[in-house]
Amino acid sequence: MITLSKNRLNGYLTLGAVLLFLLGCAVYLQANGADPSNPRADFWRMVRSGAPGYTAVSSQGHSVLIHNDGENWREIRNILIIDLSPWILGLTLVAMGLFHLIVGGDKLEEPRSGVMITRYSLGDRLLHWYTALLFIIMAVTGLSLLLGRAGLIPIFGHVAVASYLSIAKLVHNWAGPLFLAGVILEFFAWAGNNIPGKRDFEWFKSMGGMIGSGPRPHTGKINGGEKAWFWLMILFGATVGVTGVILDFPIWGQERFTMQVSHVIHATAAVLFVAASFGHMYMGTLGSEGAFEGMWRGKVDKVWAKQHADLWYEKVAGEE
Amino acid sequence: MARMKFLCDTERCIECNGCVTACNNEHDVPEGINRRHVVTLKDGEYGEKSMSVACMHCTDAPCAAVCPVDCFYTTPDGIVLHDKDLCIGCGYCFYACPFGAPQFEEQNIFAARTKMDKCTFCAGGPPPDNSAEEYRQYGRNRIAEGKLPLCAEMCSTKALLAGDGSIVSDIYRQRVVRRGGRPDTWGWDTAYDFKGSKE
Repeated sequence: MITLSKNRLNGYLTLGAVLLFLLGCAVYLQANGADPSNPRADFWRMVRSGAPGYTAVSSQGHSVLIHNDGENWREIRNILIIDLSPWILGLTLVAMGLFHLIVGGDKLEEPRSGVMITRYSLGDRLLHWYTALLFIIMAVTGLSLLLGRAGLIPIFGHVAVASYLSIAKLVHNWAGPLFLAGVILEFFAWAGNNIPGKRDFEWFKSMGGMIGSGPRPHTGKINGGEKAWFWLMILFGATVGVTGVILDFPIWGQERFTMQVSHVIHATAAVLFVAASFGHMYMGTLGSEGAFEGMWRGKVDKVWAKQHADLWYEKVAGEE
Repeated sequence: MARMKFLCDTERCIECNGCVTACNNEHDVPEGINRRHVVTLKDGEYGEKSMSVACMHCTDAPCAAVCPVDCFYTTPDGIVLHDKDLCIGCGYCFYACPFGAPQFEEQNIFAARTKMDKCTFCAGGPPPDNSAEEYRQYGRNRIAEGKLPLCAEMCSTKALLAGDGSIVSDIYRQRVVRRGGRPDTWGWDTAYDFKGSKE
């Protein structure tokens, strides 16, 4: 058994106390002098916040290490736009089909008179069909680019769809500004005829006499529904056109974020535009007997004019 | 199977841009395209750090998710490659990528985009390995030759690591354990007044 003498024990205790004191001093100094933040964590926070830095490779966006907005754009495009747009377009077609089955197209109430009245000039018709043709080209190519991966590749395979879409992209890019020009020309040509008035609200109550049994509302040359389509067309056309030009020409220094936002607006407006255009196409063909010839040959039957645009008919008849 | 990964050690990267130059030369990439770039944060300030970045060969790659022609594919090694014969040059991968990896030649009329180009982890593309066609479209296929990406192979400070993810992370873990909270270079905190400048 080892027994320590009292002096020796005191010596150990004193030494221990001194060492403990020194250790405490060291911890205190270290804690006071140390940087409480972690420089590596700070660096990572800077990277995640998208802070720009310097880079010798000055291509666009290269000064930022991690862009967060790309993932947001991906989610919006792949989940919201791609998943919802077939439903929007499909349900619009279904709703129109049901309308056609239940209410039916608007037939001429009297037999055709054979007397034709000029409704649209050659210039009006050329402008209409120029824009309409470009609209259809833009809609088909644009929807192919949006939905082709889900809808076309499983049927036609990667190679065929890629060759089609490479042409579709070129056509979409080149025809886009021409379509925008058509929309702008239509605005200046027809805006005067399409200023909304009190009569147009009356027209909407019975959808121009298509719904209900009341008398048809009095209507000028352009009815409320046509005016509504005109302004929707200008609104959507301008939206799609301006965002499309931003996407089309990456030569003005627009940033990737601008293009992501433009793409979301462009695709959303375009899908709604196409859905709304189904209504216009229906009303111009099946929905209203005798209306199509007005835009195709420029003339409508007197009976059609009396039925759909009585005030315009009286004005024209009075002039003759 | 190995999962290929890049890792850039910011404690070691000295922003020499050697990786960028080596890549451009090895793959003979067109003028104006850089498959890799080096970003320096707090350039010239206290706490300056550099990092080399290229395609990170994501497991859930945003570029592949948004491609309208589905031209991306992942090799069994976890390398994300794309088929330039399918690519239509829409630029959606450029919108989606967090790292700015997809590149387009910009000298066309109205800057119309042509085929996208990006880092291939030196693994080429769909044509036969090391064929003239593969070299023309994608550059050299070093993986098929049993080599690792040149950017990392020639990195002078071994800041940039490339290879099997488990080996890369083992190397990096050893470095972290050895240096602890200190910079990698002995005497760095004294030379650059690591503690003194924080008041």
